[in-house]
Amino acid sequence: MRAPLSWLREYVDLPAGESGRDVQAKLIAAGLEVERVEQLGGDLTGPLVVGQVLTIEELEGFRKPIRFCTVDVGQANGTGEPQEIVCGARNFAVGDKVVVALPGAVLPGDFAIAERKTYGKVSRGMICSGDELGLGDDGSHGIIVLTPEHEVGTDAIELLQLVDEVLDIAVTPDRGYCLSMRGIAREAAIAYGLPLRDPALLDVPAPNAHGYPVQIADPAGCSRFTARTVTGIDAEARSPIWLQRRLQKAGMRPVSLTVDITNYVMLELGQPLHAYDRSRLDGPIGVRRAQPGEKLTTLDGTKRVLDAEDLVITDNRGPIGLAGVMGGADTEIADHGAAQSSSEVVIEAAHFDPVPVARTARRHKLTSEASKRFERGVDPQAASAAAQRTVDLLVLLAGATAEAGVTEITAPSAPRTIAVRADHPDRVAGVAYGRETVVRRLQQVGCDVYGQDELIVTVPSWRPDLTDPNDLAEEVIRLEGYENLPATLPQPPAGRGLTNRQRLHRRVGRALAGAGYTEVLNYPFFGDEALEHLGLEADDPRRSTVRVANPLSDAEPALRTTMLPGLFAALRRNDGRGEHDLALFETGLVFLPTGKEVTPARLPIDRRPTDEEIASLDAALPRQPRRAAVVLAGAREQAGWWGKGRPAGWADAVEAGRTVAREAGVELTVRQDQTAPFHPGRCAALFAVVDGTETLVGNAGELHPRVTKAFGLPERTCAMEIDLDLLERAGTGPVEAPHVSAFPVATQDVALVVDASVPAADVEAALKDGAGELLESLRLFDVFTGEQLGEGKKSLAYALRFRAADRTLTADEATAAREAAVQSAVERTGAVLRG
Amino acid sequence: MSAPNKSYDPVEVEALKPEEIERMRDEALAAFAAAGSLEALHEAKVAHTGPTSPLALANREIGALPPQAKAEAGKRVGMARGAVNKALAARQAELEAERDARVLVEEAVDVTLPHDRIPSGARHPITTLSERIEDVFVAMGYEVAEGPEVEAEWFNFDALNIAKDHPARAMQDTLFVQGPDKKAESEVVLRTHTSPVQVRTMLDREPPIYVICPGRVYRMDELDATHTPVFTQVELLAVDEGLTMADLKGTIEHMVRALFGEGLTTRLRPNYFPFTEPSAELDMQCYVCRGASAGDPERPCRTCSSEGWIELGGCGMVNPRVLTAAGIDPEKYSGFAFGFGIERLLMFRHNVEDMRDMVEGDVRFTRPFGMEI
Repeated sequence: MRAPLSWLREYVDLPAGESGRDVQAKLIAAGLEVERVEQLGGDLTGPLVVGQVLTIEELEGFRKPIRFCTVDVGQANGTGEPQEIVCGARNFAVGDKVVVALPGAVLPGDFAIAERKTYGKVSRGMICSGDELGLGDDGSHGIIVLTPEHEVGTDAIELLQLVDEVLDIAVTPDRGYCLSMRGIAREAAIAYGLPLRDPALLDVPAPNAHGYPVQIADPAGCSRFTARTVTGIDAEARSPIWLQRRLQKAGMRPVSLTVDITNYVMLELGQPLHAYDRSRLDGPIGVRRAQPGEKLTTLDGTKRVLDAEDLVITDNRGPIGLAGVMGGADTEIADHGAAQSSSEVVIEAAHFDPVPVARTARRHKLTSEASKRFERGVDPQAASAAAQRTVDLLVLLAGATAEAGVTEITAPSAPRTIAVRADHPDRVAGVAYGRETVVRRLQQVGCDVYGQDELIVTVPSWRPDLTDPNDLAEEVIRLEGYENLPATLPQPPAGRGLTNRQRLHRRVGRALAGAGYTEVLNYPFFGDEALEHLGLEADDPRRSTVRVANPLSDAEPALRTTMLPGLFAALRRNDGRGEHDLALFETGLVFLPTGKEVTPARLPIDRRPTDEEIASLDAALPRQPRRAAVVLAGAREQAGWWGKGRPAGWADAVEAGRTVAREAGVELTVRQDQTAPFHPGRCAALFAVVDGTETLVGNAGELHPRVTKAFGLPERTCAMEIDLDLLERAGTGPVEAPHVSAFPVATQDVALVVDASVPAADVEAALKDGAGELLESLRLFDVFTGEQLGEGKKSLAYALRFRAADRTLTADEATAAREAAVQSAVERTGAVLRG
Repeated sequence: MSAPNKSYDPVEVEALKPEEIERMRDEALAAFAAAGSLEALHEAKVAHTGPTSPLALANREIGALPPQAKAEAGKRVGMARGAVNKALAARQAELEAERDARVLVEEAVDVTLPHDRIPSGARHPITTLSERIEDVFVAMGYEVAEGPEVEAEWFNFDALNIAKDHPARAMQDTLFVQGPDKKAESEVVLRTHTSPVQVRTMLDREPPIYVICPGRVYRMDELDATHTPVFTQVELLAVDEGLTMADLKGTIEHMVRALFGEGLTTRLRPNYFPFTEPSAELDMQCYVCRGASAGDPERPCRTCSSEGWIELGGCGMVNPRVLTAAGIDPEKYSGFAFGFGIERLLMFRHNVEDMRDMVEGDVRFTRPFGMEI
């Protein structure tokens, strides 16, 4: 809502020197979000005067038509002689009153007016258009032609009210009444402690039976309907300058006198109005819900198919308007000056329920000045005053006559009251305001207050947002000033710190960053293209996605089921920007449909939902486990003076999985795997024991060459993805301290030859099992293939360390343990002891 | 050992004469002093302290002396050997020190050489800033609560007093999840704030409740320099007996001090949120210009656009209707809540000029933030 300061002063006697910024500060403190103060005409200086065109000479021989005019500007030019002005506009005639900028004037945009030679003449000034004066175009696309009553020589800066300040206010949904000058003036009056001249306090004639017939079939949707008729509207009448200027400053374009008046009254009182051309109405006006499939062409020219929920205004032919949203084209009043201009209009000032208006506006994607106000709540008591004000202005400005008939249909309603303890605001704020202050503040906002300790507060009709004791508390506290609240610190009970899960998430991030990975935070969206590029099988569960109904991008309508595509995009972006040695990680949620989602019933909010009801809400949601994932490409170790670098490889990806698992206190079992999007020969499955069962918790390895190509990644990009929720469950809890033996260690090496296809992990497991309790640790220190081993064979060399807790091992004991280990490997993996 | 020589003749034991012992000692000392290297010293050591050295041989003769002469001879030889060993050790230490000095000089390296073999990684500043805020509140006794990002509308809207047709529902342009049969009306959304976590927490726990809820939220928006449709919020919720707006203000002031240092004032402006009543917008004094840029064209401030204030977020007293929906008696308990966006906080706390930098994952942006913020 844009509120010109000059207009505001009509209702409140603000101190004379008070600037827009001063008023802004006061209103912000009172809770109005005044976003900025626009300075109008700040860079404008005169002389700027009313002139009357005396002669027009058409100049020939130029590329565009040019007029040489003489204009009477009275004594404004100091001589009283006609002013000679060259002008390119054509929308005026001899005798018209125009706005003349005389030499010395400076127009907006630092446009200085001076005498100058042009088109072979000396031009001594300029005849001005609305644009040139910073008013915006008035619809004429030419110079401003004033109505004849203005005297020549009159100062046009004041006449056109060019200098002003406009408060631009973002009105919050609870403050519908501030979508009017009346509401803003009320807040300003309270903020300054000044009286308000309420523009809605008008004498209104009592309703009678002679007004235009109105039938309301849906009193819940339309609780009030006032209809007034005026006749004899002067087709030639135009909106006076003050009216046009106020509309322009408030951000609306002047259209025609009748429309301008309805808009003006809406801005003034907050009541949306509609004017129907009586000659185009067929029978009584009705208010009802639409029949499905009914059609209506609205004023914006759009033909709309109506929904059974739409609240509509009708006449005998059917819908003629979307109630509270927009009127229909068929009953639109015709412009003044048009051949068939409307001389008789029916004025509607109605009150519609916010809910159907909001739904209709949303359904038809049609937001209007009217719907904005009805959605936020309009003062129902202002409807008849608004109708009266409209009638008065039509009589005053359009020479119209008000018919005596007054239709007013009102659904019975009682004023709303709230019972509130007098010290409730004190208890909300933590400040002792006292009863007297509380009552005074509530009265200031328009409430009637009775009672002592327990107050009965009747809220004003324009404040539908005041429903609860806390609403009243807020009124008191904001008017007493939020800035005056003290600051105290509550004493929470001792907390338990972070949960294990939260600590795990932090540790994982630190461990991966410590291992050289940089965290990225990707949007969790992807599309079918990514699913294709991953090379997933048709029945891969990752293809089953949660979809966004109104996605940010049509190409990415799904929520991720795997972290990898997002990481790929980040890797590619970095690579494209010249960083080629990359190790990235992300932790976040993936979204896995359960396949059993059922749209839950709408639950009430006036009580706690039952546990079953809460469960029904949760059942509508997908599973959302937290994952950690990495992607890496280029060099894992840089070349340098120390020697060669090392490219990132599948083993780094697997190790990243172990790094994450270690933070959860989990030792992973790694197995060979073949799954998308990985290289079929370089893919590891990561297992952990979860709740007693060995469970797949992740995958790691080098990406399939087709996948790297499809995503545009560097060759041999590697990746890992692991489920943190599963790892958390697999954690073995607090570490049990090992017994550290001080007896000497016995080290024995073995080299085993196995088939190339035998996983090292199997050999290691066999050695461990066979070696028994004396084995302290085991380490694979060499893998070797070569001709002497034979085709398809490999040699694995292990260092075994044996130690007993209670004695020095003899050589025989160590050897026996070693032999048992080897024997186990021989039996389980077909290994042959080498050399 | 040989039997005592009863027919002892001292004249015949030449090696034990005092002048002879002194000569042996002096020769040894001279040899040690002359040894120019550890190898030479080793040779001298063998020659003068080894089992065949003159002093060792002399020592062996002592046994042949008559008992009355043994003590004196033994003492004489022992003192000489002591002196020799001491000199040897001294010379040994001297030569070793010389060698060490020489070798260590030879082993000197250029310690300015880089060793960026595995470049360091980093955590995202959004993550670490969020954790830092959590820590401020955890230190006060708050606990961290989490919840799903795909959320039921009841938790995201209804329970927070945002009715189906309330304009506030349109205020936050919501991303809706497609229903099971591709209907749009699935009653499931991508959460538009972390407030549903507050509701879940209130349903789960009995007051007193003091929690902080960090997490990702989603709103229909275009990514640009100052907006991102996916962002991170931190909200706090306190529900207890007798909590007031003054408590809310004090808590916020404590947080601002913890994050930005002493001496910055905060300001509450009345505002509207359906889930709080009374509601307020929270500003803090600009920590760069400390408010001095407001109204002073000579001192423009980029951080606060010369407003003097930075908008932090929204807050207020939990609407009693929200307490009721979450099964908490509003007659007995009151609460306050406060929420703000981490991206914006990061922007002005660390002078991030473009929000896209937080989204795109460019390692050059993230690396300097390291492990903590």
